Amino acid sequence: MSVTGTRLQPTIFERGRPGRGGGKIPHPPKDALDRLPADARRVTPPALPELSEGEAVRHYVNLSQLNYAIDTGFYPLGSCTMKFNPKLNEWAARLRGFAELHPMAPDETAQGTLQLLWELEQALAEISGMRAVTLQPAAGAQGELTGILMIRAYHRARGDTERTEVLVPDSSHGTNPATASMAGYATITIPSAPDGGVDIERFRAALGPRTAAVMITNPSTLGLFESRIGELLKAVHAAGALAYMDGANLNAILGRFKPGEAGFDVMHFNVHKTFSTPHGGGGPGAGPVGVGERLLPYLPEPRVMRTDDGAFRVERTGERPTSIGRMRSFVGNTGVLVRAYAYIRAHGASGLREVSDDAVLAANYLKHRVAGAYDLPYDRPCKHEFVASASSIKHATGVRTLDIAKRLIDHGYHPPTIYFPLIVDEGMLIEPTETESKETLDDFADVLIAIAAEAISDPDMVKSAPHSAPVRRLDEAKAARQPNLRWRPMTGAQTPCPD
Amino acid sequence: MLAALGITSVDALFADIPDALRATPLDLPPPEPELQLAARLRGLAARNRTDLVSFLGAGVYRHWSPPAVDQLLLRGEWYTAYTPYQPEISQGTLQSIYEYESLMAELVAMDVVSASHYDGAAATAEAALMTCRATRRERVLISRGVHPHYRETTATYMAGGLELEEIPLVLEGDAAGTTDLAALEAMLADTERPVAGVIAANPDFLGLLEPMPRMAELAHAAGALFVAVIEPVSLAVLAPPGEYGADIAAGEGQPLGIAPQYGGPYLGILASTDALVRQIPGRLVGMTTDLDGQRAFVMTMRAREQDIRRDKAASNICTNQALLALAASIYLAIIGPHGLRDVAANGAARAAELEAALADIGVERLHPGAYLNEFAIRVADAPVVHRRLLDRGVLAGLVLAEAMPDEPSVADGLLVCATEVTTSEDVARFAEVLAEVLAGRPPVAVEAGAGGMR
Repeated sequence: MSVTGTRLQPTIFERGRPGRGGGKIPHPPKDALDRLPADARRVTPPALPELSEGEAVRHYVNLSQLNYAIDTGFYPLGSCTMKFNPKLNEWAARLRGFAELHPMAPDETAQGTLQLLWELEQALAEISGMRAVTLQPAAGAQGELTGILMIRAYHRARGDTERTEVLVPDSSHGTNPATASMAGYATITIPSAPDGGVDIERFRAALGPRTAAVMITNPSTLGLFESRIGELLKAVHAAGALAYMDGANLNAILGRFKPGEAGFDVMHFNVHKTFSTPHGGGGPGAGPVGVGERLLPYLPEPRVMRTDDGAFRVERTGERPTSIGRMRSFVGNTGVLVRAYAYIRAHGASGLREVSDDAVLAANYLKHRVAGAYDLPYDRPCKHEFVASASSIKHATGVRTLDIAKRLIDHGYHPPTIYFPLIVDEGMLIEPTETESKETLDDFADVLIAIAAEAISDPDMVKSAPHSAPVRRLDEAKAARQPNLRWRPMTGAQTPCPD
Repeated sequence: MLAALGITSVDALFADIPDALRATPLDLPPPEPELQLAARLRGLAARNRTDLVSFLGAGVYRHWSPPAVDQLLLRGEWYTAYTPYQPEISQGTLQSIYEYESLMAELVAMDVVSASHYDGAAATAEAALMTCRATRRERVLISRGVHPHYRETTATYMAGGLELEEIPLVLEGDAAGTTDLAALEAMLADTERPVAGVIAANPDFLGLLEPMPRMAELAHAAGALFVAVIEPVSLAVLAPPGEYGADIAAGEGQPLGIAPQYGGPYLGILASTDALVRQIPGRLVGMTTDLDGQRAFVMTMRAREQDIRRDKAASNICTNQALLALAASIYLAIIGPHGLRDVAANGAARAAELEAALADIGVERLHPGAYLNEFAIRVADAPVVHRRLLDRGVLAGLVLAEAMPDEPSVADGLLVCATEVTTSEDVARFAEVLAEVLAGRPPVAVEAGAGGMR
């Protein structure tokens, strides 16, 4: 039986029929558009489909059933922190006062939201040990760009214009080097040490007058805490560079490690990971950024300020000339931040620490359960995630990690993150999160072990998985070679409708 | 689980954090049960004022969003799903993105639409970077008619060594408030510093219609690309970027059924011609087949993306605004092509009604040019008048002196808009209260400090 619905759907264009729908908006006066100059008018109307509301609703409900989701099952998805999304948060974000507030509304009409944002900034500063937080970045990657642009502004303000390099370990997220490039820096990739950690000696050797910043994920993308991080941070600062922490793995260290206290200069939060805002099938997120003393003047504008009389206001454009400027329109992804605020208040200090305790316990337990069936290239206590490898299975049976991932679908699970970090042969990065029960973890471990056995008993069956999903493996080469990126309503698509 | 691991406390699993680096205790409030937390959140929401009669637009517009849009978004299969890296169990999200790309491509009349960017500002900034990559040039011109936040964001994104210059607005005459074409020509003529892209908005920030075809021609004649910043609802009636030769379209998708939410999450629209498909940043979904030849959808042309190409990627974007792209698609599917035209036309009709009602009390437009549903009015002491109207429950649009402090020609302006949700009663109320306030002055000094606008 399939873990999702199996009925493929026609496209919305194929469902449309001329003349359907309507009844939503009153008809405008006939002359409503007469004052528009003729040459400003659209010549060919957009060929949008016409459907009754009932047909449209059925289309989107049926389509949704082709999705796997947190609400339907377990995502052991390393580096992504797919935890349960509390329903209260959805309710809160939809309260009229939050949802209907215009982003350029006068401050005095926005005091509730501004207070919430200000309190959220304080809470994130406390969690990270940073001096201040900006809520503006729309996602983690934009938070990274914010951080690196602040570092750039810091060096420039000191007349230090020779720094052209950003150092990242080879286990880093792809966003780190991509961010460095966007900010005009060259990326220097440093290989990891044999134990999977940051190679302190190699970093030391690469640090110098050209180093602008070092970007570190801690715990690393192997799920390992960098125990020698203190040493590294000292070396970074001694070289005149600054240290960026990628906060993607914050779910492991809440209440246990504060990057700002340890000496990091800047970090981003992924609220759609650590603070349970939903992933939305790829977004939206929010990527607040915390900074220490050195970068405080460069925070993007606008900041949310509290005035002496206890009211809140939004900083005006140009009010703080040292700012790197705006990263996006308005204050930020406020609707997402309302959800994160609710999550933090619901958990409080003790609850957040428990989140990390339980997430780390769950990961270590799962690692313990699959040991023996899979290789564990870094077999020491992990944090919230761990890397397993199907390297031995591949050598023995030809079955690869990709095949095992696809076979998990037949058993009712979303696959883990695979082939990341790139440094592990046939790697799978597994992150259970704190919101899964022991029964779920045990069942998942049993399934992983069973698939390792299937790889020996029936490798072809594993290699051709999934067998019970709505579609089989896709022809990705064809998709890239002959890109079909939009429906052409006038001509139809090349491939016929499924029904 | 502890017993299986042979430990008695979870503390053992944190032994790898050196003593010197252990966190000080978290100084946060205790956990709050749902009942109390719900009351707290309700209380905060109630402190915001959403009961005002509002004429504020300035890039974010109130529209009727059929309840079906939000009810469908609340399905857990949509909003709690991950990025569709596993296409076999993500066909819902993948097909919905393909449909979004297709619907939006129809609206902008262009070939390729990215799966989404953060918002209109970030999409505009990415468009600017695209023009530099595609032309291997480093100078971009952006009209001062583009939303100030978009201009500021683009400047931030280009801080890594690229050049952004602003094209001034015409100060007086029939074209006042639109991009100064003579200035644009002069800037393009500087062949020592070749231009990668020209960016202009239609309608512009002041609500005016811009000569987009002419700007596209001028840009192309200088070997530059032309970027149109668009508002999607307007494209039901206004010429779309594809009809006037734009190479890239960027814009804010919020008007397509998405609530204002004090700034986001919104929907960054980014579209291009086929010629630029390998330069467009962000995810793309394409149609293909599975091993059995069944039609299916998958993320494609991934060699542009950060997780594959790292420092050579087209952008660092990873998380996007997929759920908002879905919202816009559902909105378009339910409102339909005729409904969308009615939305745009109703806005235009209400705005004309507003213009007439204000003219009746002696308040004139700041610019003579054509507009769709937003325009600036001339009001002396605009910040004070705005404030007094607020005290009477009317949000009189945007104080332009505060939004565009470096544009003295609009110093006496309020930017006001109407949409299909504006009623005749709203319009009458605005005119009545504005007349009262204007009659009842003497002007007073603007209160300093809190309560101002950006």
